[in-house]
Amino acid sequence: MFETLSEKLESVFKKLKSKGLLKEEDVDVALKEVRVALLEADVNFKIVKDFIQRVREKAVGKEVLESLTPGQQVVKIVHNELCDLLGGTSSKIYLSPTPPTVIMLVGLHGSGKTTTAAKIGMLFKREGRRPMLVAADLQRPAAIEQLVTLGSQTGIPVFHSKEIKDPVTLCTESIKNAKLEGRDIVIFDTAGRLHIDDTLMAELERIKNATTPKETLLVADAMTGQDAVNIAKKFNETIGIDGIILTKMDGDARGGAALSIKAITGKPIKYIGVGEKIDMIEPFHPDRIANAILGMGDVLTLIEKAQRAFDEKEAQKLQEKILGESFTFEDLRDQLRKMRSMGPLENLLNMIPGFSKLKGIKIDEKELVKVEAIINSMTSEERRNHNILNGSRRRRIALGSGTTVTDVNRVIKQYMEMRKMLKMFKKGKGKIPKILPF
Amino acid sequence: MGLFERLKQGLSKTRKGFTEKVDSIFKGRGVDEETLEELEETLIMSDVGVKAAMEITGHLREKKNDIKSGSVKEFLKREMAELLGNAHPLVTFGEKPFVILTVGVNGTGKTTTIGKLASRFVSEGMSVILAASDTFRAAAIEQLEIWAERSGAQIIKHQSGSDPAAVAFDAVEAAKHRGTDVVIVDTAGRLHTKSPLMEELKKVKRVISKAMPDAPQEVLLVLDATTGQNALRQAEMFNNAVGVTGIALTKLDGTAKGGIVFAIRKELGIPVRLIGIGEGIDDLRDFDPKEFVDALFS
Repeated sequence: MFETLSEKLESVFKKLKSKGLLKEEDVDVALKEVRVALLEADVNFKIVKDFIQRVREKAVGKEVLESLTPGQQVVKIVHNELCDLLGGTSSKIYLSPTPPTVIMLVGLHGSGKTTTAAKIGMLFKREGRRPMLVAADLQRPAAIEQLVTLGSQTGIPVFHSKEIKDPVTLCTESIKNAKLEGRDIVIFDTAGRLHIDDTLMAELERIKNATTPKETLLVADAMTGQDAVNIAKKFNETIGIDGIILTKMDGDARGGAALSIKAITGKPIKYIGVGEKIDMIEPFHPDRIANAILGMGDVLTLIEKAQRAFDEKEAQKLQEKILGESFTFEDLRDQLRKMRSMGPLENLLNMIPGFSKLKGIKIDEKELVKVEAIINSMTSEERRNHNILNGSRRRRIALGSGTTVTDVNRVIKQYMEMRKMLKMFKKGKGKIPKILPF
Repeated sequence: MGLFERLKQGLSKTRKGFTEKVDSIFKGRGVDEETLEELEETLIMSDVGVKAAMEITGHLREKKNDIKSGSVKEFLKREMAELLGNAHPLVTFGEKPFVILTVGVNGTGKTTTIGKLASRFVSEGMSVILAASDTFRAAAIEQLEIWAERSGAQIIKHQSGSDPAAVAFDAVEAAKHRGTDVVIVDTAGRLHTKSPLMEELKKVKRVISKAMPDAPQEVLLVLDATTGQNALRQAEMFNNAVGVTGIALTKLDGTAKGGIVFAIRKELGIPVRLIGIGEGIDDLRDFDPKEFVDALFS
């Protein structure tokens, strides 16, 4: 896994104990690391250059805040600057005053247009609107069937036709149909195309001219490399886009493409796709992408999600328990139950910085069910004091939970490692989010 | 049109940008810190990655006294071809069927690559069975069916949502009975970070080898050339899970340079076998490192 930028900068500045103003040579050393981090995150080279220049100007001579190390101070400046560049928080999809609102999705092959079309449809459906999907990808084999399947999964009607061979006609027909059916949102799923394919780009232009969409959104893969700039620029110049949807943000891509696309087009990133399921789409938050680019993990999202499941007081209690080293199996079970109510575990774990380094913790959801069963089969005394878990108790627990003694041993071992880890975090002086998932 | 011409044409956009830049950097200038930095920029812009770019320029710096100002390009060409090693085309071997398991993240072009690959084997006179093991994505089976029809391959499919490993197993069994030469298994795109999905992939591989001990003889990772540094992570994680034996680099007909293959070859030693340079059924080519670099620089 990548060493995070914060860690790198910490080590750069380790020798530097002096407080006061950030010196030019220190800033330059730090910015070298920042540059590499941004490039490794796939931010476009030219944009990195400009960016570093700007940060340099802001950082040199800046006072280091009392509570921060010089390294943290630089990260803070970089982070703020990144957020600025990435733009304001979550802009919405604007609706047309005279329905239907037409939304056109465009992008390269395989960027995720079809899935995104269904996801956006679902967002509007949840708001009580009446969306309609339009299968305007007449190129890729079975693209229509894919959208029709997604339509029936979501209960959103799909306008499609085997007879109409021209996507322009298909799109204009779909709007007529939407008006007849009383649909107020129409979403075009267009065919994937290369930005340098003039014929197909001209086709998009024709669709746009014929249907005047309220929003033309570029669907881009978060894993895109240096070429993101060329792609976004060309789409924006040829057909004009109103915003961006960044897909596949649930992987470990650092999302530098977001910065490149935003910088080159000046258009807002509206949504991010975070999973294959239809409801896995979220509004864009610049600070989160900034964190990902800098390798700081998505602590904020995690905290937000955690807050939904934990109430403040409970979190406080847990915090005290962790600090007081009285974290028992009962607490672990509580946490497991809450975590499972917070959505797929992996999504959560991915957000914690440095988590991939921790060993011995399975990310398998089924495994969690097992763990809970094992804890359930313990007596309350055993849950409070794991030291009494001898061989015969472990055998009984295995029998009771329908698992094996090996399983029980593993859970106990993991629990003990977890306690150790929590202690380590405690010593690590606030490097962890305030609310730990367990 | 010869293969070389065809590759050159497909790579023309890549070639243009890169060669022009390299030419303009060293025009009338020798190897010095300034030109090296510009070269590093150019390499990074091609998605080669910071580390690999620094390595290439580092070599150039070391040997700068031996390089005449006019031959920098020649030196670079040799250097970069060396990084890619020898050509490792996809060839079938051993007992029939030759089973190819294709894997990759979502949207890299697995199904399309399979279609093109099937068509190529069929045109070489081989019989091909496609296994529709992407039972997850909506209409993935239908998409593969269309490609089977276009390429003249047979297809083994189950219901959508069924066990992908079972489909693969049936396909290999069918191939054994029918004496089919090649089985190509399509799998659902999955992000390399999703461990349950990676476990599922491991199972598909395990079950294939239950039907035939040596199979799959090839585990082909399909990578999108547009992808940046994350491609290395993808290669790493898929390799850890199922042992990738070769890479198909798709969408090279755009402006993306696919420079990440240098890092992948260097770090993981996995060869690129095939490149996709267009949407047509025969726009799939063998990857030849020498030709690739030659085309970049010619």
